[in-house]
Amino acid sequence: MEGFDFDVIERSLGYLFREGMVFTLTLTALAMTGGIIFGTLLAMMRLSAFKPLSWVAGAYVNLMRSVPLVLVIFWFFFLVPYIGAWLTGAGRPIPVGAFWSALITFTMFEAAYYCEIMRAGIQSIARGQVWSGYALGLNYWQTMGYIVLPQAFRNMIPVLLTQTIILFQDTSLVYVISATDFLGAAAKVANRDYRLVEMYTFVAVVYFVISYGLSTMVKRLQDRIAVIR
Amino acid sequence: MISLKSVSKWYGSFQVLGDCTTEVAKGEVVVVCGPSGSGKSTLIKCVNGLEPFQKGEILVDGVSVGDAKTDLPKLRSRIGMVFQNFELFPHMSVTQNLTLGQIKVLGRPESEARAKGLKLLERVGLIAHKEKYPGQLSGGQQQRVAIARALSMDPIAMLFDEPTSALDPEMINEVLDVMVELAREGMTMMVVTHEMGFARKVAHRVIFMDAGRIVEDAKKDEFFGTPRSERAQQFLSKILHH
Repeated sequence: MEGFDFDVIERSLGYLFREGMVFTLTLTALAMTGGIIFGTLLAMMRLSAFKPLSWVAGAYVNLMRSVPLVLVIFWFFFLVPYIGAWLTGAGRPIPVGAFWSALITFTMFEAAYYCEIMRAGIQSIARGQVWSGYALGLNYWQTMGYIVLPQAFRNMIPVLLTQTIILFQDTSLVYVISATDFLGAAAKVANRDYRLVEMYTFVAVVYFVISYGLSTMVKRLQDRIAVIR
Repeated sequence: MISLKSVSKWYGSFQVLGDCTTEVAKGEVVVVCGPSGSGKSTLIKCVNGLEPFQKGEILVDGVSVGDAKTDLPKLRSRIGMVFQNFELFPHMSVTQNLTLGQIKVLGRPESEARAKGLKLLERVGLIAHKEKYPGQLSGGQQQRVAIARALSMDPIAMLFDEPTSALDPEMINEVLDVMVELAREGMTMMVVTHEMGFARKVAHRVIFMDAGRIVEDAKKDEFFGTPRSERAQQFLSKILHH
């Protein structure tokens, strides 16, 4: 292929994966964990009989789902230092760095989506299960923790993982705050060596392979869960 | 032991329970029957506060169920309940089902809870299934485990909400046998059921409900011999004559 130089990929592999991919995967894993925990709490709030609680959670979810992710990333990146200053009482904004800013953003943003998944999961559990927990004398938190959430979570694992694949792809948007994720690392190499087509093609292939591989696994898992039921 | 005083309940403007008053004495077995939609299940769920009610009062062992200050989880832990659809926890083994309440609510050590659970499992004839999951058991077996689970909490009374309605005919008796034995041992029981054979055998009193009201509340012999209300007569002739 005249004019293309694919050697640039091989030369930068170490940097791309050790720096970029590690950032991307760490961000994905932590944001998923935080997002599912926060999202589950939001789901419990949304389903609460106490109206103000469900209203606040509902408003939060609708807000997050109605704003483009890029905007949220920007917004948090510039706002978090001020929140940090306000929380610690420091006189000036506290820089938190791209990683922490991104982690907070994705956790908060994805929680809105995980919330809706967990809400569907909780609602899929028959009312009688809750009654039966209460009838034993378990309180709300025990009934949720031992009976409802384990079943809701298990039922929703395929959907939660599918959302996580989307999260994995979405983390590439952190390039707007100049973070060195997988795409960010590739972009830096591409610009330095002026090998844009080669690098972006390679990045696309890697994202495709990982995402497609994961969704095939999810599909298999789903079939297995269906058989068990 | 359990006393209901003019209990009324509405879903919006629809009245599901109207002025229900009755009593279950210690050691008494009371069967609640009536056509579907008559409020029997709702009434029994009010007794341990699973369903809220808007008017009247329910006292269990002197504790008011409707009182906002009542520690409902604590009260419920003293009343066993068995549901129409068994409601075992499908993600836990039979043994875990039997020990969860004992450990988390009563604070019993795990070994003690396990010993107690297995003893009860033995009693309902299912000790061979202790490590299985509910999904691997038949309906009748699941319901017997559910009874054992309720008994594991050492309840002062037992509530049964149509315990055999979801079972295949050949499994009904294995569950009723356990219940008959329990009744003969002197357990206080409130049983919503259509099983009139069970009522004849062990009930002390029968309550007949229609459209959310207690239409008839009589001694067993009186109820089966000479029901006073026309509605109860119709009901009995329909379910006994075939």
